[in-house]
Amino acid sequence: MDLFLPESGLVIWMTIAFGIVFFILSKFGFPIILKSINEREKYIIKSLDAANEAQQKLLEIEDKGKEIIANAEQQQLLIVKESQELKKKLVEEAKMQAQKEADNIIANARIQIEKEKETALSDIRNEVLQVSLSIAEKVLEKELENKKAHTQYVEKLLDNMSMSQS
Amino acid sequence: MNQYFKYILLCFTLLFVVSYTQAANNHKEDERPFDANTFIFGHIADAYDFHITSVGHKHISVPLLVIVKGKENGWCVFPSYRITHGDTYKGYYIQKEGSYKGKIVETLSNGEIHRPFDLSITKNVFSILLSIFILIALFVPAANAYKKNPLGVPTKKNHLLEIVILSIQNDVVKPSVGKDYAKYSPYLLTVFFFILITNLMGLIPFFPFGANVTGNIAVTMVLAIFTYLITNIFGSREYWKEIFWPDVPVMLKFPLPLMPLIELISTFTKPFALLVRLFANIFAGHMIILVLMALIFIFGSINPGIGYGVSIISIGFSIFMFMLELLVAFIQAYVFTTLSAIFIGLSRVEPHHHPKKEIN
Repeated sequence: MDLFLPESGLVIWMTIAFGIVFFILSKFGFPIILKSINEREKYIIKSLDAANEAQQKLLEIEDKGKEIIANAEQQQLLIVKESQELKKKLVEEAKMQAQKEADNIIANARIQIEKEKETALSDIRNEVLQVSLSIAEKVLEKELENKKAHTQYVEKLLDNMSMSQS
Repeated sequence: MNQYFKYILLCFTLLFVVSYTQAANNHKEDERPFDANTFIFGHIADAYDFHITSVGHKHISVPLLVIVKGKENGWCVFPSYRITHGDTYKGYYIQKEGSYKGKIVETLSNGEIHRPFDLSITKNVFSILLSIFILIALFVPAANAYKKNPLGVPTKKNHLLEIVILSIQNDVVKPSVGKDYAKYSPYLLTVFFFILITNLMGLIPFFPFGANVTGNIAVTMVLAIFTYLITNIFGSREYWKEIFWPDVPVMLKFPLPLMPLIELISTFTKPFALLVRLFANIFAGHMIILVLMALIFIFGSINPGIGYGVSIISIGFSIFMFMLELLVAFIQAYVFTTLSAIFIGLSRVEPHHHPKKEIN
């Protein structure tokens, strides 16, 4: 039966047609598609790797950030403590300084007062001397004799007075 | 889903009942008994024109190109309608009976009937050309798109192609061929898609499809020859050594080369198995569907009532067969590709070291 005998014309056409399609597809078809699928696969794998890496890095950075924050908190505590101590110290120092200053002022004032007192005293003594001398002069104007003896006596009295006073 | 299926079934049945009525009426006019043989083999065999339908006595068909080189008339190119209605053109005509039934012949001056060298664009050649056109139109633009933007997202069509290509490459070519599989994958993919598309085209019963291309032995033979050539041209040294000096007792290969002869024959039986398997499967599929159709007319010529009754059963069975043939179209393409890949893989054997026999 001719169904089982290959027709020569059909064989020739089939060879030509299949040869052409094989040539075209193996030149411009499948290798390009397969290559680009391969490339894309590699690209996707690379991208996934990169994403994983980035995530890892992000985690690392997060950890670092946390560490930094913890450190900073500790530092803050330390600084606060220190500053409190410093404050205490400063206040104390200031107090001491003030005390000293006050003491100084008081001492100076005392010296000043002493000095004033002395000058006042000597002024008063001179005044008293003058007054008493003028009094004595007036008294003694009348008793011109024995002026010297009187003066000596008066001075002696004054001395005693001042001695007993001081 | 079920509803749609019912509607489709109903439509199909109605369609065929109507067409049957038409045909039955024609037969009454013709007064010619229904010839199942002509009906079936007219559809399965190759033809010089693409028959679409017949209305009454008029055949509606698409003429194709006849290219012949006769002994006396030389090269001749003419459209097929000049001879398909039983006419003779430039000494060529289609023989109705005899050894070249259905083929173009010429009668030589001495009265001898001679079959000219026939390069006509027949129904099958036309279908082959159409299917390679579809293949190229499918894959070359896709390849260009990939070339332009290799890392981009493929279109839906390209993605579908990609899935099929990758499944063939990874499930068939890679494990069967082994090392250097990339060199062979273009051939195997071409074979796969050519067979698949031609098979599917053969299942569509309307012009310009419906030709029984992969069920034609010439087509499957060419495909098998391609596989045979690729298998043997790129065969490794070990492959040839195993053919001509196989690892058997010397008396089996010298002086009488018994084993080498068997091995050599086996290189031919492998592609022959490919050829016959594809041919027989597709041929049988077309045949069964056509027989189911012919049954309607056979019973109808006995009694129109029986014809109507049988038509429903026949349509049901042929729908089932069409579904099965859809599966077969894919399976046969897959099997041809797988076996080709296995044969190529077998021809690329590496010398293996015999493991020492274990002592039990």
